[in-house]
Amino acid sequence: MSTPASAMSNFDHAAAASGRSLWHLAWLRLKRNRAALTAAVVLAVIFLLVIFGPILSPHSFAHPYWEQISAPPSLETRHFFGTDSIGRDLFVRTLHGGRMSLMVGLVATGVALLIGVAWGAIAGFVGGRVDNIMMRVVDILYALPFMFLVILLMVVFGRNILLIFVAIGSYIWLDMARIVRGQTLSLRQKEFVEAAEALGVRAWVIIWRHIVPNLLGIVAVYVTLTVPKVILVESFLSFLGLGVQEPNTSWGALVNEGAQDMEFAPWGLFFPAAFLAATLFCLNFLGDGLRDALDPKDR
Amino acid sequence: MLPRYILKRLLGAIPTLLILVTIAFFLIRIAPGGPFDDDRNLPPDILANLEAKYNLDQPLGVQYLNYLGSVLRGDLGPSFQYSDFTVNELIAEGFPVSLRLGGSALLMALLFGVIIGTIAAWRQNSRLDYLLMGSAMTGIAIPNFVLAPILILFFAVYFGWLPAGGWGGGALRNMVLPVIALALPYMAYVARLTRGSMVETLRSDFVRTARAKGLPEWKILGKHSLKVALLPVVSYLGPAAAAIITGSVVIEQIFGLPGMGRYFVQGALNRDYTLVMGVVIVIGVLIVVFNLIVDIIYALIDPRIRYE
Repeated sequence: MSTPASAMSNFDHAAAASGRSLWHLAWLRLKRNRAALTAAVVLAVIFLLVIFGPILSPHSFAHPYWEQISAPPSLETRHFFGTDSIGRDLFVRTLHGGRMSLMVGLVATGVALLIGVAWGAIAGFVGGRVDNIMMRVVDILYALPFMFLVILLMVVFGRNILLIFVAIGSYIWLDMARIVRGQTLSLRQKEFVEAAEALGVRAWVIIWRHIVPNLLGIVAVYVTLTVPKVILVESFLSFLGLGVQEPNTSWGALVNEGAQDMEFAPWGLFFPAAFLAATLFCLNFLGDGLRDALDPKDR
Repeated sequence: MLPRYILKRLLGAIPTLLILVTIAFFLIRIAPGGPFDDDRNLPPDILANLEAKYNLDQPLGVQYLNYLGSVLRGDLGPSFQYSDFTVNELIAEGFPVSLRLGGSALLMALLFGVIIGTIAAWRQNSRLDYLLMGSAMTGIAIPNFVLAPILILFFAVYFGWLPAGGWGGGALRNMVLPVIALALPYMAYVARLTRGSMVETLRSDFVRTARAKGLPEWKILGKHSLKVALLPVVSYLGPAAAAIITGSVVIEQIFGLPGMGRYFVQGALNRDYTLVMGVVIVIGVLIVVFNLIVDIIYALIDPRIRYE
């Protein structure tokens, strides 16, 4: 004879074993997508390199070797990627720049995520006039040439990392808000939300407990596609000389420096450009794979 | 219905433009420094005279209203940096260059993107499809400011086929590299969009009917499917145009083209208030008008949409 409690736990167990959640199915599908998996592995390698790689080199990212200006890659001097126009080691600089680019990508996406999900979920859930006004604001902001305003912002307040985060994050949330709102509108019609409302659950609890968890899939896809966008924007700013400040660097700034000396020192352009392109490539591929994997139409 | 719709949309654009002008105006004004800093140190009397000449000594709110008034009359004011020119003259000089560059890039991205995407969808999951979509993904991942120096390195420096920069009065030779560098990422994106929607369209019933009727393949692809499959591409045109305008800022800088984009960054760094504002306004209007055109095209080719 089993007690009610153990029957409950048996039941739980059975349900967990037999039920295939959206996430479980998505994971199965993602595992079969070789391109996306490869992209994930390459990304992991790039992440590890960027974090731990500088330890592998005896050089520091800011130290100029005056006797080795624009030296080609060499194992002997341990300048694996060569040196730049004032003799700094490009291997360490590329990885150091990667830290900056990835950090900007992740933090600004986080900012966009917070604002976008909150904005979209509230607009979609409350609906009516509030929705109208909130989405009107998004429309107006959407039509602004934001890149130009961000450039102005950087010029006005000087090169400041924190500002880059805020500036990019505050522009990239618009897409997020639109997507989340659309999704929330359709979730709003679902029975479980109606049930929660009938039980008298407060609106913000419904949003937090029922709406937001159901948005996770689309948000996950969107995040993997937003990070490369942000990295690109930061690189664009750094390329114009408005991004990070010396001796700190980012992939965009390195590409800019490399492009100036590319005729006699093409390695300065090649390595940062390759890292930048590989990262963007893999993030896009992974995002596509996630989108396919989480697509409920495609079981 | 159409004229009313256009009028409504144009009226709707007014707040957008007003907000744009306001943000840009106050952003650049609260920046430390002024337009006369970079010159040799001016005696305070002369500086005061200069500021009085350009009405910079008045309260900011008054200057703002004055500026709005003159913009409404179509006068973007004098440039501080190029003191012999008005902003209108400078933009009239740079705008055609930017327009040719951006317009050619947009056309190229559209034309080749749609063709590549259609072929990939037609031969879905073949080796050709993988090759085309793999290249498209690479194209998206390589930003145009990376692509441009690489193109210059190969086609101008190593092979010596094309000039590395300069406008040359708009000669075709000078246009090739900048246009390709500007267009390629968006071309790749258009190709992916086209393939995606084309694959779906080719599975639909009307395509099966057309095949059963024995219509030639090119007619099914080029005439029937493309019309439906192009909808997402058309709606991407708005963002694409905005991105191309932004991208042309760097492309003009890399290739040394006398377009409008180069005025922007330089003007902002030199606190050339009126020049920066002029460029922002022109770009804002451009994007608004372009989005309107896109929406009209969209409504024309999608019979499900009615003007409200």
